[in-house]
Amino acid sequence: MMNSAALLTFPKGGVHPPESKELTSGIPIEEMPVPANLEIILGQHIGVPCEPLVKKHSKVQEGELIGQVSRGLGVPIHAPISGTVANIGDSYHPFRVSTPSVTIRSSTDSEPVCYTPVDWNAFSREELKDKVRAAGIIGAGGAGFPTHVKLSPPPDARIDTLILNGAECEPYLTADHRIMVEHAEEVIIGAQVILKILGIKRCLIGIEANKPDAIATMTDAARKQSRDAANRGEQVEIAVKTLQVKYPQGSEKQLIQSLTGRKVPGFGLPLAIGVVVQNITTARAIYEAAVLNKPFIEKVVTISGRGIKRPANLNVKVGTLVSDIVNYLGGTTEDLKKVVLGGPMMGFAVSTLDIPILKTTSSILFLTKDEIDIRPHSNCIRCGWCVEVCPMGLQPCEIGMYVEAGKGKDTRQFGALECFECGSCAYVCPAKRPLVQFVRLAKMELNKKPLVV
Amino acid sequence: MWTVAACLMPPLVLSVFIFGIQTLVITAACVISCVVVEAITQKCLKRQVTIYDGSAVITGLLIAYIIPPSAPLWLPPLGAIMGIYIGKHLLGGIGYNIFNPALLARAFLMATFPVAMTAAWMPPLSTMEIFSFYGETVDAVSAATPLYLLSHGGMAALIEEFGSPSSFYGRFFLGWRPGCIGETSTFLIMAGGLFLMYKKYITWHTPVAMLGTIALLTWIFGGDEKLFAGDPILAVLAGGAMLGAFFMATDYVTTPMGAKAKLVFGFGVGALTVLIRLKGGYPEGVAYAILLMNPMTPALEVWFRPQRFAPPLGSDQ
Repeated sequence: MMNSAALLTFPKGGVHPPESKELTSGIPIEEMPVPANLEIILGQHIGVPCEPLVKKHSKVQEGELIGQVSRGLGVPIHAPISGTVANIGDSYHPFRVSTPSVTIRSSTDSEPVCYTPVDWNAFSREELKDKVRAAGIIGAGGAGFPTHVKLSPPPDARIDTLILNGAECEPYLTADHRIMVEHAEEVIIGAQVILKILGIKRCLIGIEANKPDAIATMTDAARKQSRDAANRGEQVEIAVKTLQVKYPQGSEKQLIQSLTGRKVPGFGLPLAIGVVVQNITTARAIYEAAVLNKPFIEKVVTISGRGIKRPANLNVKVGTLVSDIVNYLGGTTEDLKKVVLGGPMMGFAVSTLDIPILKTTSSILFLTKDEIDIRPHSNCIRCGWCVEVCPMGLQPCEIGMYVEAGKGKDTRQFGALECFECGSCAYVCPAKRPLVQFVRLAKMELNKKPLVV
Repeated sequence: MWTVAACLMPPLVLSVFIFGIQTLVITAACVISCVVVEAITQKCLKRQVTIYDGSAVITGLLIAYIIPPSAPLWLPPLGAIMGIYIGKHLLGGIGYNIFNPALLARAFLMATFPVAMTAAWMPPLSTMEIFSFYGETVDAVSAATPLYLLSHGGMAALIEEFGSPSSFYGRFFLGWRPGCIGETSTFLIMAGGLFLMYKKYITWHTPVAMLGTIALLTWIFGGDEKLFAGDPILAVLAGGAMLGAFFMATDYVTTPMGAKAKLVFGFGVGALTVLIRLKGGYPEGVAYAILLMNPMTPALEVWFRPQRFAPPLGSDQ
């Protein structure tokens, strides 16, 4: 057992919620059969949603373009399955009310699409970047930022390090863990593609110490690929680093600090300190785009919690409805209390199961009474625990009190705008105060534009 | 909250053996008064009744611990009204009150009923007759607290009453001395406080800064004639220093959150305590020292903000 003091971590704050990863961490990734209908939301990425390129009743092939952005940063959307466009309308969205979508009814008689590998090394940097954009890849960690934009740093940025985020610090989540165990080679090749696009040599892969099997497979794969690269006459350094288990180790700013000691400046991007961070799932999607010419149409999602009959790591098509997944896994248990899309710390509770999987969905949690806390919140007693655990050095308690007093616009002094909503404060709060929600309200107040008459 | 209450239990049990069973009766009266006053207040103010959160129980315990074991039973309800109704709820309710409610109650009782609060200190029982004083008039027995003797007769008077320092250090540490109900046992208060630190409910900053300052300043200025002749050990063993340091100056609501601010708060309380003890009209100053530092809390919070990860350029930090 490694000494935890020797493991890399960030210095300030953080919490240790129960990991609850044992429910799914040992279960291999399982292919979910294609459901009858998929609802593909057109606004998967940050920015302007795609315009649909198909019409109702038109036939589509797996991997065919069905949505394209007309302006802005976005990426295209592809048909995850072959079938018929059943509808172009609206779907429920995990945290927006409803949003435009394309519904595809799967056809039973279509041939499965075969993806044959090509040598990615034969392509130039620009060609590889085009492949990433054309495959519709966005940051799978949650924000949904178009990946090709992240891979196009301004000319004056001096990037020297790529970081792959394998921390997976949210409780319950094991999708990235399983990908690293079962598809380590693909992730490492994805990393090499990114290194080539960025024109750099160094990649650090941060993995929390609670995933020893993933650390082993990734280390092996990294060694093998480095050797292969050396044989081709390229020098790349791909190193797997073990991180201390501490939430939010996988937060971009904290991860960069843990691995490089560098600090992202306030409201700045990692680019400013020479770092690009990519998620494990994103790296694998880049591999599939570069080597297999396969668009980003499916995703490994952790289905967990004690409220689902059969927890699993499912490989599902983008657009699969949560209700279809529930049916496939044998339904929910009777004591189910809450369904959360994303991790328990940062995810959103949902009110319906008719929500389609997005490119950014990492998990669906079915939580029972014992796994959540529904006690009402009370006054802040100024214990200061939230201040202690805040990795950003903010004062969540003060932000909460100001918001309650209707003074959300005065919370800049406590750092409301620097909060990335990791939820550590709310997790430790003995008064059960919804501090993240208070911060969101404070941000809304602060970002309100003054009325121009 | 209930952990804090549990940590306050051992000194109460010991007080029964030091002063007799009436300490239990007084403590029960304080706790019940505080809970009842809280319930009535919250009902009248149409706020949510929160008597089960343990906060009023702790206030009740603390009020009992800082009044004399001979106190008449009409003192607790008055203290509870001052502490809970005025000190806690009229000043904003839990989380918003400026002053420590229990100390406010004591300050009020001291100012309004000085005789009942100070005239008759009970000497510790010499045998285990814990029921012996019950029902007797308090005037029948009386003794002076160590700090009273020290401030009125100097070290000589103290030695005359309690023997040489080496013999009374041990007894004071265990709790066998005249004093308020729950303040005498340095040992048990410290044990409770250290347990709270172990559980991470409180941090070391305030108690260490406060007791250190009291010891240091007493050593320098506390001598009868010359500098550097005071007794620092006596200074932290006597009076309410221990109870104040571990259970009152660490109160969440009325003291600062950050480590640096806590240190400054502790220094302030320690310095004010010594100032009142040596130059003030009362032999003991912990209660007033904490009450005087309580309203400094918001200022300390502003002066000692936590270090931000990376504040935006051009911001106020």
